[in-house]
Amino acid sequence: MEYTILIVLLPMLTFIVLGLLGMKLKACTSGLIGTLSMAVTTVISYATAWIYFTGARVDGVYQKWVPFNIEWLRFTDTLHIDLGVLLDPISAMMLIVITTVSLMVHIYSLGYMKGERGFERYYAFLSLFSCSMLGLVLATNIFQMYIFWELVGVSSYLLIGFYYTKPEAIAASKKAFIVTRFADLGFLIGILLLSFFTQTFDFGVLTSGDRSIFTQAAGTTFMGCSVLAWATALIFVGGAGKSAMFPLHIWLPDAMEGPTPVSALIHAATMVVAGVYLVARLFPVYYFETPEVLHGVAYLGAFTSLFAAVIACVQTDIKRVLAFSTISQIGFMMVALGVSGYGGHNGTGYMAGMFHLFTHAMFKALLFLGAGAIIHAVHSNEMSHMGGLRKQLPITHITFLIACLAIAGIPPFSGFFSKDEILAATFSFAPAMGWIMSFIAGLTAFYMFRLYYNIFWGTPAEHEHEPHEAPASMTTPLIILAAVTCVAGFIPFGKFVSSDGADYIIHLEASVAITSVVIALIGIAVATVFYRKKSSIPDRLEQTFNGLHNAAKHRFYIDEVYLFITKRIIFNGISRSIAWFDRHVIDGAMNGLAFVTNKMSFAIRGLQSGQIQQYLLVFLAGLLLITLLVLVC
Amino acid sequence: MNAMDYSNFLVMKEELSLVAVMVILLLYDVFGSKKSLRYFQPVACILFAVHTLLHVVPSVANESFGGMYQYTPMIGVLKTILNIGTLIVLMQASEWLRSESTIHKRGEFVFLLLTTLLGMYFMVSAGNFMFFYIGLETASIPLATLVAFDKFKSKSAEAGAKYILNAVFASGLSLYGLSLIYGTTGTLYFEDIPAAITGAPLQILAFVFFVVGLFFKMSLVPFHQWTPDVYEGAPTAVTSYLSVISKGAAAFVLMTILIKVFSPIAAQWQGILYGVIIVTITLANLFAIRQKNLKRFLAYSSISQAGYIVLGIIGGSAMGMASLVYYILVYMVSNLAAFGVIAAIENKTGKVSMDDYNGLYSTNPRLALVMTLAMFSLAGIPPFAGFFSKFFIFAAAAEQGYYILVLIALINTIISLYYYLLVVKAMFINKSDAPIAAFRCDGAMRFSLSLCSAGIVLLGLLSVIYNQLSLLGYGM
Repeated sequence: MEYTILIVLLPMLTFIVLGLLGMKLKACTSGLIGTLSMAVTTVISYATAWIYFTGARVDGVYQKWVPFNIEWLRFTDTLHIDLGVLLDPISAMMLIVITTVSLMVHIYSLGYMKGERGFERYYAFLSLFSCSMLGLVLATNIFQMYIFWELVGVSSYLLIGFYYTKPEAIAASKKAFIVTRFADLGFLIGILLLSFFTQTFDFGVLTSGDRSIFTQAAGTTFMGCSVLAWATALIFVGGAGKSAMFPLHIWLPDAMEGPTPVSALIHAATMVVAGVYLVARLFPVYYFETPEVLHGVAYLGAFTSLFAAVIACVQTDIKRVLAFSTISQIGFMMVALGVSGYGGHNGTGYMAGMFHLFTHAMFKALLFLGAGAIIHAVHSNEMSHMGGLRKQLPITHITFLIACLAIAGIPPFSGFFSKDEILAATFSFAPAMGWIMSFIAGLTAFYMFRLYYNIFWGTPAEHEHEPHEAPASMTTPLIILAAVTCVAGFIPFGKFVSSDGADYIIHLEASVAITSVVIALIGIAVATVFYRKKSSIPDRLEQTFNGLHNAAKHRFYIDEVYLFITKRIIFNGISRSIAWFDRHVIDGAMNGLAFVTNKMSFAIRGLQSGQIQQYLLVFLAGLLLITLLVLVC
Repeated sequence: MNAMDYSNFLVMKEELSLVAVMVILLLYDVFGSKKSLRYFQPVACILFAVHTLLHVVPSVANESFGGMYQYTPMIGVLKTILNIGTLIVLMQASEWLRSESTIHKRGEFVFLLLTTLLGMYFMVSAGNFMFFYIGLETASIPLATLVAFDKFKSKSAEAGAKYILNAVFASGLSLYGLSLIYGTTGTLYFEDIPAAITGAPLQILAFVFFVVGLFFKMSLVPFHQWTPDVYEGAPTAVTSYLSVISKGAAAFVLMTILIKVFSPIAAQWQGILYGVIIVTITLANLFAIRQKNLKRFLAYSSISQAGYIVLGIIGGSAMGMASLVYYILVYMVSNLAAFGVIAAIENKTGKVSMDDYNGLYSTNPRLALVMTLAMFSLAGIPPFAGFFSKFFIFAAAAEQGYYILVLIALINTIISLYYYLLVVKAMFINKSDAPIAAFRCDGAMRFSLSLCSAGIVLLGLLSVIYNQLSLLGYGM
């Protein structure tokens, strides 16, 4: 099984090859190289997942496999940073998710990015991203995860800023990088705290169920909370940054400035769920050691989910709608993990969260790729430039509709099954929360169909060119993903992924299922009334709830709050004074040092005369001086 | 000792195989036809590479000639490092050796170079002061002729004279020290001496006399003054050899002798090293700032680097040993990269002044990049190897409690950053009306430069290397 390391190495090699030779290759060659290498990676990943899921059970429980591991840096006998491959149900599942979506995006981009400047650069970055994301999920220890975590951030930065001549893209890439990097600081401190007290980075040890390693951290308190709680909360901050949880979500909508396939891969299916994956990876630690932090995750997830769903209802840029919908759905996953118990039927939430991660990745990638096809056809992101496109873009239309039904939670599409499990888990945790999440599910159905009707129905907009269906390289991934969305719900997911590795039998609870479907249908119905044909209801509602509408439209002014804090308070109040200190005190001292050094080097230059007798004299004098000093002292 | 047992020689595998290489090359040079001699340099490189590869895996510890000759895995690793360095020097010298004034004596060059290497083998493997001294001299005398290799250039001849006079002086003092050690302890074997060392003033005197000989080899202040003149005058290939191979071997020997033989007076020699390190690093830095000639500049840089190397010795720990060998390795690739670029440019244009390098990036971007890598690594900028080697050597010294010393060394690192970056600035930022024209160096040089660049980038990141060394460090 050592070959599993190829899953990470192959994309990295592709990145190096394309990065170094890209300029010399023809554009289409580099695209093909990237796609082929991704295809091979996908095959290896599928084989790995297959071998794992068929062979890793001992007494009905999945074991952790570490087929490859090398020690990289050793601090103490137990504390060392390794680089390796860890296979367990969630990492095997993530392999499938990442490689599938990544391969689809690679193929899709052959058509979408055709003729763009920097085509080979694009494929090099895609490979870098795939490499780092796969390395992240396969990490055997939290430090390796952190390394790839940062690499993922870098490649996301590079891809968001791909159109580096556009000022918005540059600003968006910087924003994404700074916000997530800021969150990663919390992650790093959390890692250091955790590893300092537990003396290990290894996931296997941390989640082994041996609670004794945590006693020291749990016993030490800092500002009223145990250090362990601080550590897990700070680690979650890192996850919240990548997964765009409130209030660190501000980068994700702006990240839509990147090419659309990139949004599908990074900002819908893979990177943004890294935070969810992180919590799932450390789930036993959260659940057994710091349940209060885990509950905090649930509440934050629920709030973020509601918050984003409300905003999504009034956005007009189709990619932003999808971005807020992503934030909202990740909130669902966080809630699922947060309310979950451990083992047997208590672990519904865990299973449901992972299931939703899986199904969401597929249908959200489909939505983004569909949006890409639409943008490709009408050359605009604004809903007002669309309308009535169902005739011109038939394949896009059908696949988009399937994805909308899936995310709205209509059976038999995949989203229904996973969302239903989440709602069931939430209801059993706290009924009030269950109702809130059901309401959000209704909102989801509403804003998705608002999007759908505005694009494909309603009044057609004026176009310079008649919109036409995308080429086969773009529609094929759409069809494949749509097919997956149709059938993924029937995967017996509990057989593969569950909180304790044992079998979990999914059975639908009729009451929850019926409620959620009814709510979803209400959402769709409202959207149909409002947006199927031109109607005055939305405008009138807008008038009535003017304040709320405006606030939601401006994303509740969170960005402005950030700007106020950074520009007004930090820049003016803190940075100015530090800058003064730096310029006058620190630089002054440094300049003084340089001045003295310079003077001294000028003063001693006479010592080097070039005369050998003088050299020997110095030699001898040095020798005698040393002898004297040693003998005297 | 009993009648001579020839199996003793079999322990000295590496020395024997080096002698074999030398003999083959000598015969080839003497008897080869003019036509076949065209392949002399590639053959020399390949033969030597084979020799290097044969011994790349260190074997088990051993000794022969009643302990006169010692072998440990760490010594094996060091010899491999010296081999790699010598191989790179051979490759970098190839273009220069083919020039009109030297082509007829290239055989001499290779033979002399390998003879000094043989001397260094003896030196690092010595278990007895007599043996050590023979090694030292075997390494020194051919070096003097190599320094004066361009004998019709007055600077080279002058450098040769300066080197031999200084070397003889240092070696005489050393020998005097050794005779005093023999007089007071009654033995020359490393193993037996510690028991007889009492710390009497005469022994201290003897020790100081002896040790300055090695300080001279490593060009530590105040025994360094020959260095800039010799480095400037000698052919660049010889300068690079002097600055890394000769210095590396001396540093290693200094450490083994201090720890093995003079451990009873550790307090005294630690005091000496303490002072010498501070003076060396600081003074060399101050001089380096003002240099305009790149070879002189690198001479001072190498003096201050030697000061850092001694930091690894002062702790006298296993970690110090490992970080010292690692430092030598990293310093070797970095310095050889810098000298390689200088040699390439000097061969083509004869220019060695820093001002001549203005605008090099626009005409020869690859050479400028290699030089930048080398400067970054020498200055210790992460993530290049030089950062890690400095880090480990500082850690080794700090572990033994030399915090102030490490602080002083750190401040000096900042000063050194200034002059290393001056070179980078010249190449990238400074404009020049007549920059060095674009050219292509020969294959061997390109290969050696890629090897060095790869070393600079990878040696730090591949922690395996340091981990392996630190395992060997405990065996010393």
